[in-house]
Amino acid sequence: MLASGFAFAAGGGDLEHADINVHDKASLQRGASLFVNYCLGCHSMQYLRYNRLVDDLGLSEEQVQQFMLHGDQEVADAMVNSMDPDQAEQWFGIAPPDLSLTARSRGPDWIYSFLKSFYMTQDGWNNTVLENASMPHVLWELQGVQRAVTESHTDAEGVAHSEIVGLELDEAGKLSPEQYEAHIQDLVAFMRYASEPSMLQREKMGIWVLLFLVVFTFLAWLLYQEYWKEIKK
Amino acid sequence: MAKPASNLSKNVQAFGAWVDERLPVSQFWREHLTEYYAPKNFNLWYFFGSLALLVLVNQLVTGIWLTMFYTPQADQAFSSVEYIMRDVEWGWLIRYMHSTGASFFFIVVYLHMFRAMLYGSYRKPRELIWILGVFILLVLMAEAFMGYVLPWGQMSYWGAQVIISLFGAVPFVGDALVEWIRGDYMISNATLNRFFALHVVALPLALLLLVVLHLVALHEVGSNNPDGIDIKKNKDEKGRPLDGIPFHPYYTVKDLFGAGVFLILFAFVLFYAPTFGGLFLEKDNFVPADPLVTPEHIVPVWYFTPYYAMLRAVPDKFFGVVVMGAAIFVLFFLPWLDRSRVRSIRYKGLPSKIMLALFVVGFIRLGMLALAEGTPIQTLESRIWTVYYFAFFALMPFVTMFEKTKPEPERVTK
Repeated sequence: MLASGFAFAAGGGDLEHADINVHDKASLQRGASLFVNYCLGCHSMQYLRYNRLVDDLGLSEEQVQQFMLHGDQEVADAMVNSMDPDQAEQWFGIAPPDLSLTARSRGPDWIYSFLKSFYMTQDGWNNTVLENASMPHVLWELQGVQRAVTESHTDAEGVAHSEIVGLELDEAGKLSPEQYEAHIQDLVAFMRYASEPSMLQREKMGIWVLLFLVVFTFLAWLLYQEYWKEIKK
Repeated sequence: MAKPASNLSKNVQAFGAWVDERLPVSQFWREHLTEYYAPKNFNLWYFFGSLALLVLVNQLVTGIWLTMFYTPQADQAFSSVEYIMRDVEWGWLIRYMHSTGASFFFIVVYLHMFRAMLYGSYRKPRELIWILGVFILLVLMAEAFMGYVLPWGQMSYWGAQVIISLFGAVPFVGDALVEWIRGDYMISNATLNRFFALHVVALPLALLLLVVLHLVALHEVGSNNPDGIDIKKNKDEKGRPLDGIPFHPYYTVKDLFGAGVFLILFAFVLFYAPTFGGLFLEKDNFVPADPLVTPEHIVPVWYFTPYYAMLRAVPDKFFGVVVMGAAIFVLFFLPWLDRSRVRSIRYKGLPSKIMLALFVVGFIRLGMLALAEGTPIQTLESRIWTVYYFAFFALMPFVTMFEKTKPEPERVTK
């Protein structure tokens, strides 16, 4: 089975749209839990504090303490891990980047497509969105193992090229493809939230500010009409 | 209880008189507001002057609050901006008001300048208003550029790298000049520190001074209008222009309404599209500055793109910089390049109208082309519009002198 809406590698080209809703608290909670269990081991989120999750995601302080904190961390701490960056560089060739702002610098669609585009080769994991990424497919148990479907064609000069045209699920994971998509949508929603926690407040408040301004402008218009009656005659 | 009230008003009057003997407050109020006669036929284009003032105040006030929480140190600048966005109460609102305000400042100023070009507001006797305005644009550009460096993201760093290196094109002293501007052998903490000082103290002071002079010069000669005719030619027996109305209350209430409409648009962007799809805040600027990693595409913020396109259109770096500088410098000569018998586009001939329309199209196209990849066909188009930009000014004396104009009306039209 070919993965639907395949994202091509060329220059990060066509990305799949991540259908996320940051105002869906349940989705953010599931995403936070995925992040803590699968990502935080290597990637920090240094600009987000745990207690922000209490304020914004509707989690209780006990839940955060019980399921999220590790070691001697406190709820007011930032979401950092205990991995030594120098060691990490030795293991992966590059220290895993902090993910606080990835949803702003790369965009939610990029993360979504990236997490769907891992495939197994003879030399280990590769990814069509970020070619030769040093990151292994951490979520493989959930998604299963995809392999590349290639097509060979010969160009005008007679040189054969092999091109990846799609990814195929070779070994099923714990989740169905639809379930897997839903899971990483939650994860991406959480990362989008984490990249700008104030967006929850911003998008809710905006409506009231706009409503106020519309009323204000209407009153200003009435005042303008009243004063200008004599001028416009 | 009439007595205490009248006592109060008597006291207020007495205090006002006391002040007026020492400081001409009511005289100032009369001269610049209640007895400053503005033409009554201002249209939509005339909102942008007062809106520019509104945005300036927004930038100053939000800027002061940002300064309270921002740290101008290379190792902390980026995280202090995130601190403002996350941990400072209402910090995100202040920051977005400032960043959105920067883009809206340029939108408003470009439209304000276009208004002057439409109605010949730069013509005698308003040459100095225009020239002061061009200086305001220049200072605003420097202010915006240095402000964009402060968050110390990748685009801050590499944008600064590109712009400062342009000074290296100056013959003989180029390299020394670049080093002097940076204060170091590379863009570094020293650069950030001085840009912060210039952005929050020196340039805002210069900007305020220029704005005051711009307004003083305007109020000395009076406002132009869409018909481009002199309203002071027709006065009533008290010496008031027949087509003029007191700025206050008429234009203050009208501008209040204009400000309302403007704020609705401003708030919509601020609350629902603060990065404006990467145009107002670029995606790469959410990655901390890294001197070792060059971003794939270094593109300036949208308001510099037309000039950036001109720079890229010229194959030689030195001449590219000269062309870019000349594009601004040529604006200073506009009052003397227009030789038309009439001021307003309404009474100019078709050639002037077509040339101005193409100028606007070219300016927008150049901006779009700077953001594009730069294919050969796009480079060719950039070159055509760059040549046209200068041709517009170079041909203006001839076009305006020889084209047929329509007669100007005696009194302002609706």
